[in-house]
This record gives sequence, C-alpha cells and structure tokens, in this order.
Amino acid sequence: MPAGLLGIEELDRDEIESILRRARDFQHIQHQAVKKSDLLRGKMIVNLFFESSTRTRTSFEIAAKRMGADAVSISASGSSVAKGESLVDTLNTLAAMRPDAIVMRHAASGAPHFLARHLPTPIINAGDGTHEHPTQALLDALTILDYRPALEGLRVAITGDIAHSRVARSNIHLLSKFGASIVLCGPPTMLPAELAQLAPGVTLTHEISEAIRDADVIMMLRVQLERQNETAFPAGEYYSFYGLRLEHLALARPEVLVMHPGPINRGREISSEVADSQRSVILNQVENGVAVRMAVLERVLS
Amino acid sequence: MTRLLIRNARVIDPASRLDRVADILIEGDRVAAVGPALERAGAEEFDATGLVAAPGFIDLHVHLREPGFEHAETIESGSRAAAAGGFTSICPMPNTAPVNDSATVTRYIIERARHHAVVNVFPIGAISQNSAGEQLADIGSMKQSGVVAISDDGRPVMNSRLMRRAMELARAFHLPVIDHCEDLNLSAGGDMHEGAESVRRGLRGIPSSAEDVMVARDILLADLTGARLHVAHISTRASVGMVAEAKARGLAVSCEATPHHFALSAADSIPYDSNFKMKPPLRSTCDVEAVAAGIVAGTVDAIATDHAPHAGSEKMQEFELCPFGILGLETALAVTLERLVHAGRISLVRLVELFTTGPARVLGLDRGRLAPGAAADVTLFDPELRWTYDVNRSFSKSRNSPFDGRSFRGGPVATIVAGSFAWRRDR
Repeated sequence: MPAGLLGIEELDRDEIESILRRARDFQHIQHQAVKKSDLLRGKMIVNLFFESSTRTRTSFEIAAKRMGADAVSISASGSSVAKGESLVDTLNTLAAMRPDAIVMRHAASGAPHFLARHLPTPIINAGDGTHEHPTQALLDALTILDYRPALEGLRVAITGDIAHSRVARSNIHLLSKFGASIVLCGPPTMLPAELAQLAPGVTLTHEISEAIRDADVIMMLRVQLERQNETAFPAGEYYSFYGLRLEHLALARPEVLVMHPGPINRGREISSEVADSQRSVILNQVENGVAVRMAVLERVLS
Repeated sequence: MTRLLIRNARVIDPASRLDRVADILIEGDRVAAVGPALERAGAEEFDATGLVAAPGFIDLHVHLREPGFEHAETIESGSRAAAAGGFTSICPMPNTAPVNDSATVTRYIIERARHHAVVNVFPIGAISQNSAGEQLADIGSMKQSGVVAISDDGRPVMNSRLMRRAMELARAFHLPVIDHCEDLNLSAGGDMHEGAESVRRGLRGIPSSAEDVMVARDILLADLTGARLHVAHISTRASVGMVAEAKARGLAVSCEATPHHFALSAADSIPYDSNFKMKPPLRSTCDVEAVAAGIVAGTVDAIATDHAPHAGSEKMQEFELCPFGILGLETALAVTLERLVHAGRISLVRLVELFTTGPARVLGLDRGRLAPGAAADVTLFDPELRWTYDVNRSFSKSRNSPFDGRSFRGGPVATIVAGSFAWRRDR
C-alpha cells in the first residue's frame, strides 16, 4: 500500500508531532508577502471530491499551490461518476494519468481505505463518510497548541452528533494519543455507548453543562437532525439542550477555546454571541488548515 | 447397473447409530450393503482408507441465482461448488428473478436442476408473492411441485398477520417455515454488527435486537399456529437462548448456524472488505461463542452455508454499496472441522449429524442415512487433509469468500450422488 494518509487512528504520536512541527514552519509563510515556495515543484495533486466541500477543498488547493505543486480539482457531479462509472474505475483512470497523490473526500466510510488496497497512488483522506477526517484533527491540534503548551492533561469537550461525525473520531484518536481527557456529549441517539471504547481517556455524558465544566477546549459539531427519514432529536428543542450559549462558558476554564469545524449553524449548535466571541478560534482553525495540509502534502509527496 | 464398492472407510451414519470401519456397496442409485469385507464382482472399487464416509451432506440454505442472476451463479455452477464441498443435496432460496413464488418457477428450477445440477436440488418456495410481504404465494401448488419449505429469506415478512396466515397454511401443507429473522426497521441502513467495531469504522450498525425481536415474534406465532418454524442463520446469544427455551417447551422450532457465524466475529473482519459483509452480520465474540455453544448443546439442528454468490463488480465497491452475502459451500466442512471438531467442542459423529440428519429432519427429507435401500449419496472426507482454499479455483462463478487463502486441516475428498462421483479431489 502506498504511503498516503488515511486516518489518525493508524498514526503514532511521533508521526503526528512531526507533521505538526512542520506545519508550524508553514504557519509563518502565510504571513509573508510572497507565500509561494517550490518545495513540491513538478508534483501533481488531484483533489477528488465526491461530496460538496468549500473549505477543505479550497484549503488543499491553496496548500498545493503555495508549495509549487500543480493541483487539479474534480467534483463528482459532472464527472464520469454521473455516467455510472464505478469508484474503482474512476480512480484507476485518474491514477493512469500518474498524479503524485489523490486527495479524496467521499460520503462512504472506508472508501479511501478500500481504494488504497487497489491503487498505486497515495491517497490522502479529506473525509470519509462518518469515519475519519485526519487533516481536520491535525489542524485542530495545531490550533490548540497555538494557545496551550501541550495537549496532555487538557480537558476537551466535544458536543453534537458524535455518532455521525468523522471530525469527532479523528479528534478523539489524536487527543487520546497525547493524553488529553475527552468528554463526548450529545443526546443518546447521537452518542452510542461504544464510543467509550474508541480510545483511552474518553467519557460520555448527555448533559452539556457537565461536559463543559472545567473544559480547556470546547469543540462543537455541526448537527444534522434529519437522517434517513429519522429524527435523531426533536429539531425544535436541540438548541435549548445542546446548543452552546454564552452562559455555558462560565462553567469552563477562564481561557477556554471554542472550536467548530464549520460550516456553523448559528442558533442550532452554537449561538452567534459565542461564535463571534473572544473565545472563538474558529477562523484560526481555517487558517491553520492550509499550513497543516502543506505539511501533509510534503510528507506524502517527498 | 453400475456398482461401486467403497473400501475400508470409517462409516459414520448417525441415523443407523453406526461408527465403524466398513465397506459400502452401492448398486445403481441405492446403497446395497454396509459391512466388513464386502465382495461384489464387477464393482468399481474406491479405497477410502483413512477417510470418513458419511451420508451425503445436505445444505438447507443456498442461493443459486438462477433464474435471473446467472452472471453470479447458475444451478450448474452452484451445484458443482456444492459437490466440491461434500454436499449432495442443496436447497436454493427463492430470491431469484422471477422469485420462486409459483409452481411454474418451482418446476423450472427442478427441471433445470435435473439437466444441469450434479447434486440434488430441493427448492424452497417464497412465503409471499414476489417476496413483497403483501399477498401469500401459491404455497400449496409449490408444495405439489416439489418445494420442501417456504421462506422469504432476505426480504423477511414484517407483517405479523401475514406471517401468521403463512404459518397456518404451511402447517396444513406440512411445510416448515424458514425465517431470516431481521426487523427491517431496526436494521435499516446497517452494514455491519452494531457494536464497538461499527462505531470505530463509522459504519451504520445492525443491532442484535433486529434479529432477536423477530425470533421472539416467530416463536410466539409458531406457538399460536402449531407451525414448524426454522430460524435461518442464527447469530445472536439471545436468539440461541430463545430457541433453546422454545424447544424445551416442546414447540416445533429448529435453527441453523452458518460456519462464518461460529468462526468469525465482527472484530475479525477486515475493515471495509465486502468479503466480510453479510446478513446477519458477523457479531460480537460473545455471540460467536453462544452460537458454538448452541451447536454443542444441541440447540442448533443444522449447519447451513447461506452460500450467496455475488459477481466481482458488485463486491468491488464502496462498502456500503456492496450487496450482502458470501460463498460458503466449499469451505463449510473445513471450517466446522477446524472450529468445532479439532477444537474439541464436538465429535465427528455430531458433525455428521449437523450436515445430514439435522437438516433432513428440519425439512422432512428422506435423506441423510447410509442404510441399505437409502439413496446412494455419500460424502467422503479426510479430517486430517492439509489443503489451502484458493477462491480463484472455485467452482462457483463468484469469488466473494472471507476464507480465500486459508489453510485448513480436514476437508472433502469425494462426493457421490445417486451412485456416481459428482466430484473428486485431485490427489
């Protein structure tokens, strides 16, 4: 199997640290007048998005271009997928054009893992179904480390539809590897008990106030209340039970960081006041996304 | 008349309470004699020293895909895979296209089997028309045409009233009702067993309760109607417990287990590899142990494969798009030997029961014994044979097996159907 990046679960602490160290170098480039380098000159990256995405796709594209690589972005609609071609055939076709890596977002959990077993090209997972979103967890870690000396010992509350969140899974694996304690919060329909076995240091609660108490970091997730004709929680009362509001912040540590992978639903999982508050680092996350993806591309391509 | 003399086999015939080294003389399509040092001039001889000779194995749960899905399997290719697995009789489920829900389709399958199958084929008819769960199928005329049971297998009857009516009719027609117990609302969208592994992999789960709820319903309806209920591919601890309890109460309830459900757990499956995707799904290790314990205790009546071929293109997709089901005919005996006999859980005699008298009793088939006068269906196997399963050399037209590349201790050596070799291992 070629060395791509499929998930956080299979990375060890050293590998994660080396990516984050390198990303820190690239953070500075973002503030220079000339942001472009030629570290990956001559390399070709295909961004293949089978699911709509603005920030992740743009972020990967900018990361590739800042490093001097060529990037081609393809979205599933309007491609051969619409003509009934199978996923394997689509990927084999692209691989035959000899790109150096394929960045892939897909709605099916495990789609990049399945393809990696059949393709010669390294695959970078830009989010697979409800499984993993490794670069999101890396950029979240980088953002926390902009404000805290270490991840170890931090109390991180993750609230929302954990069951269906790839962001949550990748963050849980990463934070656990570094010794953080992770409190997962949501209604029982979004919080299967087996999540406690996902990694060491994970606990579950159905009370947002309990999750947030003494938290160093609060990660809110975008929620989709309607899935497969089934309501996971009554839409009308989600915000009053699981929405993050200003009064909650008093329960947390004084310098608590409020994070969200975006796009945010103001008034559903987070209030506007919190999203725009001094405690919110949501836009820092977006900025760090480019630096982290530069580090990931460099790791995979060189 | 052809004559075949099987020499020096360990003959295990639970129906005759026989387990001894002996010869078997076959004349035409019948067993003529079983005993020591038999002689018959002009008989072809087969040296079975070191082999077990058992009544022909019966698989009461297979999918042959014909008519309708001949790209994945045909009655011929499926029957050849059966013979290579030691099976002399197989029972195809009705989920073909068209569905086997009428005497016409039943007769078509039997006619095709007569010309193309190398083993006996006893079809299972549908419970409802097109297995849609709305109107009852022509159960009586299918029985007259040769079905040995009714089942809506992969599209189980959700409407309890319809199931009650089907059971009442099945009882009158002396047919067992085989149910694939799955509450389709509880399992909807699921791709693997709901548990720690589904949560880890981000896959939607199929809870054990999806099976248990329907096993409970069916047992209650069997009690109400007096029908014979057979639970297909039992996979959960609670369901094994309910079947055991129903049997203890004297109800006509039986069940089967597949080799994969007592050999593999969800944690054993390779993530996102569709060769590990089937219904019911591979369950927790606790469920796997409960199924094995149910076999040991006698709660499980038969081992069945649920042989479910799918063409390569159907299985080479995103996991959630792949159809459910795996091959099973060619590996069932080897997996059972490995997991249950060599592991010291059951005897060889019990293994033979699970493949012969067990399924014969479930279906009321006059098969599964080796006494003089019985059909000359014989399975010859070597409990110590060392071999490796290569799915690319399978007789099936499909390649979806989780056991590809596995080395086994013990496996079939030759299969005799109606007095003739249907398959012999190259040795």
